Amino acid sequence: MITIASGKGGTGKTTVASCLAMSARQTVQFLDCDVEEPNAHIFLKPRLTREEAVSQDIPNVDRNKCSFCGQCAEICMFNALAVLADEVLTFPELCHSCGGCWTLCPEKAITTTRREIGLIKSGSAENIHFTQGELQVGTATSPPIIKAMKETIQKNSLVIIDAPPGTSCPVVETMEGSDFVLLVTEPTAMGLNDLAIALQVVRVLDIPCGVIINRGTDVYSKVETFCRENNLPVLMKIAVDRAIAEAYAMGIPAVEAKPELREDFRKVLNHIKGVTAGERTCCH
Amino acid sequence: MKELVVISGKGGTGKTSIVASFASLLTNKVMVDCDVDAANLHLLLSPKIEERHQFYSLPKAMINSEKCNGCGLCEDTCRFEAIKESTINPLGCEGCAVCSHICPENAIEMVDTVAGEWFKSNTTYGPLVHARLGAAQENSGKLVTMVRSQAAETAKKLGYDYIITDGPPGIGCPVIASIGGASLSLIITEPSLSGIHDLERIIDLSEFFGVPAMVCVNRWDICPENTEQIKKICRQRKIPFAGQIAYDNMVMLAAARGKPVMELNSRIIDEIIQVWEKVFEVLCPNMKV
Repeated sequence: MITIASGKGGTGKTTVASCLAMSARQTVQFLDCDVEEPNAHIFLKPRLTREEAVSQDIPNVDRNKCSFCGQCAEICMFNALAVLADEVLTFPELCHSCGGCWTLCPEKAITTTRREIGLIKSGSAENIHFTQGELQVGTATSPPIIKAMKETIQKNSLVIIDAPPGTSCPVVETMEGSDFVLLVTEPTAMGLNDLAIALQVVRVLDIPCGVIINRGTDVYSKVETFCRENNLPVLMKIAVDRAIAEAYAMGIPAVEAKPELREDFRKVLNHIKGVTAGERTCCH
Repeated sequence: MKELVVISGKGGTGKTSIVASFASLLTNKVMVDCDVDAANLHLLLSPKIEERHQFYSLPKAMINSEKCNGCGLCEDTCRFEAIKESTINPLGCEGCAVCSHICPENAIEMVDTVAGEWFKSNTTYGPLVHARLGAAQENSGKLVTMVRSQAAETAKKLGYDYIITDGPPGIGCPVIASIGGASLSLIITEPSLSGIHDLERIIDLSEFFGVPAMVCVNRWDICPENTEQIKKICRQRKIPFAGQIAYDNMVMLAAARGKPVMELNSRIIDEIIQVWEKVFEVLCPNMKV
């Protein structure tokens, strides 16, 4: 299970993830966990044949049983309930579904109801079994969708996961349980800053990792210095190339615009297979 | 006070470069970097940090092993699977405190945790409020709310009329915390199929929260056909078009040198100024730049 992450958005995670999947010489399970902005489908062009709603439990208050004691609102850390003199207001969009209110209500006046928070769509494209999550607009919590997607992973298959940008809850949820994290960065001060933060997350989770430098130029070498100093192997460099950007704009994957890249991506996959087979050399 | 929030849906469309450029075009404003997961605006504005504060997220559960009798009730109750064999995994704990209420031995305490830092800084372009969320920490929405309110307070104190916000990517918790109550959102997009896909979702989000939106296409000449498509979407959805900025390697060079692109001799400077003038017209209909 390989997760492609980056810290910063727009460094080329989706490009790398889809190119890796298209270069593999075996069946791949591909998960687009960037549920706020899933985009890999644009490049992999899967036929999406299944759709499943993801929902979470939210409180449902029975006003006949409720004594308006206010305990539910008091214990709710997310301000998802407010108790008035003879009314209980619930704010489903703030609810984290922790179960506190319905577990602890002294009158047993709270049951649960389901609220839809997003969708999981799946299908296939050639040798790729494709799944993507979509967060419903206006919903804040993406980790439950990511969790539901990861439950579909089949053991012993090659799994490639496109992670969301950033380094907080959705990214941690995505990375957890991965055998390898591939960090995509670009040679700018911003790229370096975000790579350093992303690396901290990977180290907290204790997962082997490596780097791909996208849009490589010679103007900024600090990213490579950083990688050297932190024993972080640079597995591939993709040179800055307007042709790749133009192909990307049209939804054409880099390996189709530049077929010679396919062999480089295969080398990256082989390296990762070597590392996960037992040679845990990097990131420590 | 007017608050302009620059958002994008998709990451990497050039939000931060554009915010830094706007920073050099307007005087009485406070800037705020709401992309607390991967704050970058400071890299272009070279701030001098004047105040540094710790940010506490929701307290996390901690089990007192002396009081715990290992009954396992907490593990059964935790809906985030954050407890295993009477040990809390801090990465999984959401801070809901249900375990501490349910524990028959009163063995679970909720403990404050430092999740990051936030700063008030000065730059040559004006004050900047920014933050850094610790790696793998939660509550970025809460930290966003914190830096925004600090920026508003700073602007009020200085008698400034404007806040320019560099927003986070996506449509989830941090973006929601960034745009609620803002005067105007400027959506930066790029003319790619993924850019278009994300544009529609971020317009929906802006509408959902009742914040007026404008759209600017960055690197428009990478694919002029898609740029036309974006303009068409804006017409259909009645979103004012703020303008387009061409692809220029100077932006990359400026980022490598840690400067707003306005300080380099770039061919896109005029385009950025034109976008700014359009945005300002909508932000303050009765005033001139």
